[in-house]
Amino acid sequence: MSIDKDTARRVAHLARIEVAEEALEPLAASLSKILDFMEELNEVDIDGVEPMTSVTPMELKRRVDEVTDGNIQDKILANAPDAREGFFAVPKVVE
Amino acid sequence: MDLSKLTIADARDALRAGDYTATELTQAYVDAVEGSDALNAYSTKTPEKALEMAAAADKRLAAGDAPDMCGIPLGIKDLFCTEGVQTQAASHILDGFKPQYESTVTTNLWNAGAVMLGKLNMDEFAMGSSNETSYYGPAISPWRRGNDDTALTPGGSSGGSAAAVSADLCLAATGTDTGGSIRQPAAFTGIVGVKPTYGRVSRWGIVAFASSLDQAGPMTKTVRDSAIMLKTMCSHDPKDSTSADIPVPDFEAALTGDIRGKKIGIPKEYRMDGMPAEIEALWHEGAEKLKAAGAEIVDISLPHTKYALPAYYVIAPAEASSNLSRYDGVKYGHRAKLKPGEGITEMYERTRAEGFGPEVQRRVMIGAYVLSAGFYDAYYLRAQKVRTLIRQDFEKVFADGIDQILTPATPSAAFGIGEMADADPIKMYLNDVFTVTVNLAGLPGVSVPAGVDHQGLPLGLQLIGQPWGEADMLNTAYALEQASSFTAKPVKWW
Amino acid sequence: MTELAYTEPKPKVIAGAKRDWELVIGMEVHAQIASNSKLFSGASTHFGAEPNSNVSLVDAAMPGMLPVVNEFCVEQAVRTGLGLKAQINLMSRFDRKNYFYPDLPQGYQISQLYHPIVGEGEILVDMEPGIARKVRVERIHIEQDAGKSVHDMDPEMSFVDLNRTGIALMEIVSRPDIRGPEEAAEYVRKLRQILRYLGTCDGNMQEGSLRADVNVSVCEPGAYERFRETGDFSHLGTRCEIKNMNSMRFIQQAIDYEARRQIAIIEDGSTVDQETRLYDPNKGETRSMRSKEEAHDYRYFPCPDLLPLTIEQAWVDEIKAGLPELPDEKKARFVTSYGMTEYDAGVLTAEVASANYFEQVAKGRDGKVAANWVINELFGRLNKEGVSVKDSPISADQLGGIIDLIAKGDISGKIAKDLFEIVWTEGGDPAEIVDARGMKQVTDMGAIEAAVDAVIAANPDKVAAVQEKPSMAGWFVGQVMKETGGKANPKAVNEMIQKKLGIV
Repeated sequence: MSIDKDTARRVAHLARIEVAEEALEPLAASLSKILDFMEELNEVDIDGVEPMTSVTPMELKRRVDEVTDGNIQDKILANAPDAREGFFAVPKVVE
Repeated sequence: MDLSKLTIADARDALRAGDYTATELTQAYVDAVEGSDALNAYSTKTPEKALEMAAAADKRLAAGDAPDMCGIPLGIKDLFCTEGVQTQAASHILDGFKPQYESTVTTNLWNAGAVMLGKLNMDEFAMGSSNETSYYGPAISPWRRGNDDTALTPGGSSGGSAAAVSADLCLAATGTDTGGSIRQPAAFTGIVGVKPTYGRVSRWGIVAFASSLDQAGPMTKTVRDSAIMLKTMCSHDPKDSTSADIPVPDFEAALTGDIRGKKIGIPKEYRMDGMPAEIEALWHEGAEKLKAAGAEIVDISLPHTKYALPAYYVIAPAEASSNLSRYDGVKYGHRAKLKPGEGITEMYERTRAEGFGPEVQRRVMIGAYVLSAGFYDAYYLRAQKVRTLIRQDFEKVFADGIDQILTPATPSAAFGIGEMADADPIKMYLNDVFTVTVNLAGLPGVSVPAGVDHQGLPLGLQLIGQPWGEADMLNTAYALEQASSFTAKPVKWW
Repeated sequence: MTELAYTEPKPKVIAGAKRDWELVIGMEVHAQIASNSKLFSGASTHFGAEPNSNVSLVDAAMPGMLPVVNEFCVEQAVRTGLGLKAQINLMSRFDRKNYFYPDLPQGYQISQLYHPIVGEGEILVDMEPGIARKVRVERIHIEQDAGKSVHDMDPEMSFVDLNRTGIALMEIVSRPDIRGPEEAAEYVRKLRQILRYLGTCDGNMQEGSLRADVNVSVCEPGAYERFRETGDFSHLGTRCEIKNMNSMRFIQQAIDYEARRQIAIIEDGSTVDQETRLYDPNKGETRSMRSKEEAHDYRYFPCPDLLPLTIEQAWVDEIKAGLPELPDEKKARFVTSYGMTEYDAGVLTAEVASANYFEQVAKGRDGKVAANWVINELFGRLNKEGVSVKDSPISADQLGGIIDLIAKGDISGKIAKDLFEIVWTEGGDPAEIVDARGMKQVTDMGAIEAAVDAVIAANPDKVAAVQEKPSMAGWFVGQVMKETGGKANPKAVNEMIQKKLGIV
């Protein structure tokens, strides 16, 4: 499995990481190498094998429907790069 | 007070006996940390907080209400969120992040009276095996190859933790282990590192790398210290849906050293091509020592071992790519500056390009790729099926009566900083070859120092336990430790 | 009998320039689960709080935070599934849907793609008495809501409020069984009604508790039937998804516009692009939503922070045993037990509160009379005043009292309406009011005879005229009623007048 430059560009965008045009070829090469390494998995006979869904066989615990949290606007916004009037501020989003 | 010989067990007894105070002990470590910048083990030092905590510990000691960890000075891996104390996972993207909360593990430690000396360096987001991906620059091992002053890696990702413990910059440290990040650096620096059964230790408040693999554990000088510290770290946490609601045993009480009749498995698939003879010999000697202590050595097979590493490098990046999506410049940490006319997408892409280092970027992109439309079945789903097979391998040998499995901890001793820089990423990934199986199967594992190589560098052996079998596993580790009588220490050069 | 007989409505046909076209519509309704706290955190779901105040560290996706599922939300999804006669899956899973958006702080939404908690069910969409369509429900899954971006507070910045982030939603996905704009609106209305009966969602569309994504395509007549026979989607046209509709009226308008837009494209020789669109009610148009278009690759995978959700059959059975009577059954019962029309039964069962009110009024009384009073007098008045049945100034017992007075012959229908007015504005016990204010009908024949005699004596000219034109008798009745202050029994007055005047 080899990743070409266009795929590298698409993956970088999917992951929202800016990659300069000239860095795309080397990126494609390095990603391809890693994917080649994973090709080994194709040797394994996985017929009828269930994918692992929980590491330890436990039941999912469920919590009671009570309000136990919130009202900590100061803590929520404490580390924000840009917070205004109780909101997180981000560059304009066009819908 | 000779810090180089001090253990948690010693300090606990001395503090209770009043031989010295927690404040005196803490001050000694604060001073040691102060002079340790050459090792770059600490990313954040908190001496004032340490002394405050020590004073509080002294009150508890005086009142006779002192749990085992009371007054014990610790270093905390930068992956643990610590309230009001900078926590960056050694990443630029979390620039200046000060959590408004405390992780469950550190809360448990502080509730027991332990003292925080500061935050420890690591690979960025715990992705790496040499500490070289840290935004803070690599932590340096206190160990050297004889008189050669080449800077060596303490391993990774918990490299700062390993360096700090082995250089006596703390009595013990917390680490986290996703593919070997506690056991490999422990082996590289001649200390003990425990990766507990998945679900034994709460993940709440620990910056997530790969949620189904991450588990925190202690890094200490001795098996006994690990037993003491692990007990305090463990708890059932209702805030973590994967935390097990089962009792925490007294691990220290299990350390009898009596392993007569225990069956120790030696998996043939771990005898890799090109494995250094020294490692092979160490492994063999380890088995002989356990045999001499009364254990039965059994050859076993874990047939899917060779697929563990590729499966891991599908699953871990996939989970990481999703877990790291939250670092987007909106809520905390770094946000890139924009040029006029640029918008939200540029903000995301530049923030993450500037904020994440190359290895993290690579894994996030690989993770996005293996989950993307058309590739999910071929990579992610297949890897999770292989993971099932890997777990079944272990289940079979345990069902056959094997108590623990003995393997090398790493394929080599510590290497030099920069020595792997030109190698392709896969070569670095091979560091995890003996350790990832344990994470994939959710099992407990411990790395025990077992000898030194021809250059005088420490080597470790790994014991893999049954699920929830930490107590029994640590007892075997204890027997191995006794038999190995590893006493080597790095010579102070920093 | 729990189901009324019905026939299917005809699909909506739109005449294009070249031929007729039919519509095929599927709906994805997002219903906010009526819980106190969020799906995976203990923060409140209360609407209208200060920005970022109903937010926990988990909702804000602080590093190291983990989700813990709210049991009540799981129960409500099961309840809803049972209410839609659906398959309940004892094992389901949460998956992550990955995408970047400022109101999605985790960078993923926890949802259920691969193993939803509820499988196939159905909703009977009533169009008019005797005409309804059974729309198949494909699945219901539980997921997190996103936050809210405010775009109009600053020219350069958008402002993000995470109060809604992480609130539990049920996504109820229908099959493409809906065949027209009116049916689509009725589908939402019926679903909303069922959810409100079950109490699993308050159905408040203004506050966004119920929002619909509508998938619209057009096809030639006959193509849909081929699709239903074969299950092959290629018989259908390319669909567009209109996002986030929260009004029945807009849903209809948007579908109508969208269908005509697609028809125009096809008849023009072009092809419809599969895309996400937004309805602009001011312009009455749908437009492409480009921001949602790029990179539709959500990279779903099982959320590793959560284990599979396993529930017990016994728990499902317990929830099932606690289900209320649902609208279809209630309506059928009203028709059969009270002998009312399906239309009236539909009006009375629209809301649980109305149905309960009616049943209390009808208890021990004539069902049809009770229905008549509840629908015409009470609902008419409530609608006019904009008051809900729950806040009705006249209780069911009071209205029942009024009906009892008519039945006993104590008051006439006309007086009853006056009495209704008094009870509405002043309250009080209807029987006591009638007594105290002397509103009782005069049934004393002597008194009526005296009044009739007096009117006849005073109007000899009219007496002469009525012999010519017997229909003038009504004038005499009116005069007598006036004389007696409206309290005389009109029937008795009429008979007396006919007897005295000798007209038959």
